[in-house]
Amino acid sequence: MDFWVNCLVVLIAMTNLRLLGSSRVVSCVHTVAFQGVLLGVLAIVGASGGLAAHGIVLAAVNIVLKGLVFPWLLMRALRETHLRREVEPAIGFGASMLLGVLLIGICLWIGSRLPLPVGVQASPLLVPAALFTLMVGLFMIVARRKALTQVVGYLSIENGITAFGLGFALKEALLVELGILLDAFMAVFVMGIIIFHISREFDHIDAGELSALKD
Amino acid sequence: MIVALILLPTFAAAAVLAIRSAAARRTLLVLVALGHAGLTAATFVRPAGPQLGGWLLLDPLGAVFLAILSLLFLTAALYGIGYLAREARRPTGLADEGFLATNQPEAVFTACLLMFLATMTLVTVSHNFGLLWVAVEATTLASAPLIYFHRQKRSLEATWKYLLVCSVGIAVALLGNFFLAIAVTEPDGRSIPLVLNDLLAAADQLDPTWLKATFLLFLVGYGTKMGLAPLHTWLPDAHSEAPSMVSALLSGALLNCAFLAILRILQVCSAAGLAGFAQPLLILFGLLSMSVAAVFIIRQDDFKRMLAYSSVEHMGLLALGVGLGGAATFGAMLHALNHSLTKGMLFLVAGNLLAAYRTKSVAGTGGAIRVLPVSGALWIAGILAICGSPPFGPFVSELAIIKAAFDQNATWVAVAVLSLLAVIFIGMAAAMLRMAYGAPPERLAAETRPREQACTFLPPLALAVLVLVLGVYVPPVVEDALRLAALALGGRQ
Repeated sequence: MDFWVNCLVVLIAMTNLRLLGSSRVVSCVHTVAFQGVLLGVLAIVGASGGLAAHGIVLAAVNIVLKGLVFPWLLMRALRETHLRREVEPAIGFGASMLLGVLLIGICLWIGSRLPLPVGVQASPLLVPAALFTLMVGLFMIVARRKALTQVVGYLSIENGITAFGLGFALKEALLVELGILLDAFMAVFVMGIIIFHISREFDHIDAGELSALKD
Repeated sequence: MIVALILLPTFAAAAVLAIRSAAARRTLLVLVALGHAGLTAATFVRPAGPQLGGWLLLDPLGAVFLAILSLLFLTAALYGIGYLAREARRPTGLADEGFLATNQPEAVFTACLLMFLATMTLVTVSHNFGLLWVAVEATTLASAPLIYFHRQKRSLEATWKYLLVCSVGIAVALLGNFFLAIAVTEPDGRSIPLVLNDLLAAADQLDPTWLKATFLLFLVGYGTKMGLAPLHTWLPDAHSEAPSMVSALLSGALLNCAFLAILRILQVCSAAGLAGFAQPLLILFGLLSMSVAAVFIIRQDDFKRMLAYSSVEHMGLLALGVGLGGAATFGAMLHALNHSLTKGMLFLVAGNLLAAYRTKSVAGTGGAIRVLPVSGALWIAGILAICGSPPFGPFVSELAIIKAAFDQNATWVAVAVLSLLAVIFIGMAAAMLRMAYGAPPERLAAETRPREQACTFLPPLALAVLVLVLGVYVPPVVEDALRLAALALGGRQ
């Protein structure tokens, strides 16, 4: 059991590096979707003491929403805006990858410094991997200029936090978990609509150009 | 009763989308606002019992914020009738934008407004931390389309920033929720449910290290939404670009909801004996917010942005009040009420000024007192009130907070607050004087001005009267409610 959890956690961490190094927006969307599917599997594998209905529902919703619905919404926005590549990011792709490696080191160090309470059991790799996913998401929002890539960053943050919750098999009530997923869905949906409007008003979705409002 | 409070606006939102007639939609909006206010008042007479196994519960603290929300929404809805009718005839495309912007379909706008009410109500009654998170994030999603009512580039930019910054901020609070879930896990693997009352009862069993981390994440996460500096970046943009009735709700109700979320975790921390860790952080963020607001209010040429930064200032003051604790907690509760009413009124008046002058520039809005006699007078009264001048309500509550600071020998905090308030007063008064008494632009200086319509100035006037009354006399009902809320936060008085 622990072996498979570890494998999944490592895979999740590897998808982050791909997010950092990829200039094609399509592959970013696919990668973050794959990450979502991995999370769904983690929910099944991580559920200690047999699969309750709780775990199955959660895993299924996770996989359907993050693996199918989100990429579909994002790909639709992508078609409407005729976007192919993230050109001229604020920080280059090679530099991003290097920074990613550095981030892994930092996250491993933080993970080793966080003492878990006795009752909580999880793979030792989980905290660093979840933190890494979260930080990569934050980094993408700051360092990428296209609104769509920023949404991918937001999803990565969301994935990192979910990995944290699922990996520890923290039992929030099912209703709350579903509420969280519903909020994430609505967020992506609303962001997609706004991206559509941005592309129509500005003829591009370069969030870096959204700079009329300042003091 | 609690369930009705949430479902009423939810169903109405669905109904609004199906209604074709604009007049019927506006009537429904006001009816729902009236119904919500009535139900809220009823909960004070006969307290509502817990729902969903204690997940939904109206405690004294939530009741205060619910009452503020309900009252403000009612005023905004009444103002909305005139506002929406005016917008339907002639959209407020800003002159400096170079083209006339179109508006969002009114049905969508009204539906989002009602969902905004429903989600904010859910925040005030959520006692489960997970549900609280879901509700706060839902307020972001319901309000984002409201900011984009005027379909133009500037409001689009504001909406994008709001959506992204707040979503990321609130994601941090979600991590806080998971940290809390770790903090409640006992050595044998069992855990305490994340319901406020259960947590308060079992506070001494929580893991203090993880609880401290939880508080930090909540403070940063919900603090983003509350507009605490340096996480306030979305706030001036959203408040200045949203339609004025929405700005009034954002500032007077939404920021309070985020504040309530921070207060909930503060309750748990206090019960666990970590008040000494949490409260200095609140004071720090409070002072920082007030300083940032002071810097940006001085020489601000956009009057709606000025009001937005004033909200940052007052949110800072609220955080500082509960950070000081003791008698200042009561002051902070009273100030939350005063600030919401005053700022709501100011934003509604700003809407009137904007409609007449078609600019948000202080320099271009001269002679308000002659062009719009009632709104101009209300503007002067409102700015004086929000700056803490007697005899208005904010004066009393600010005095209570500052006095408590002196009583607790936190002299340097009190002195810092006083000097920042003075700087902000100068900045806002200078802008107010230029707007009220300066020379009006030629287009508006002519004698043939249409008279102001009652529906534009009666709602802010009503709020102004309330603010004035609160400055002279706090009714026993209000005082009791606020005192109970302060008591729930561990404040004494």
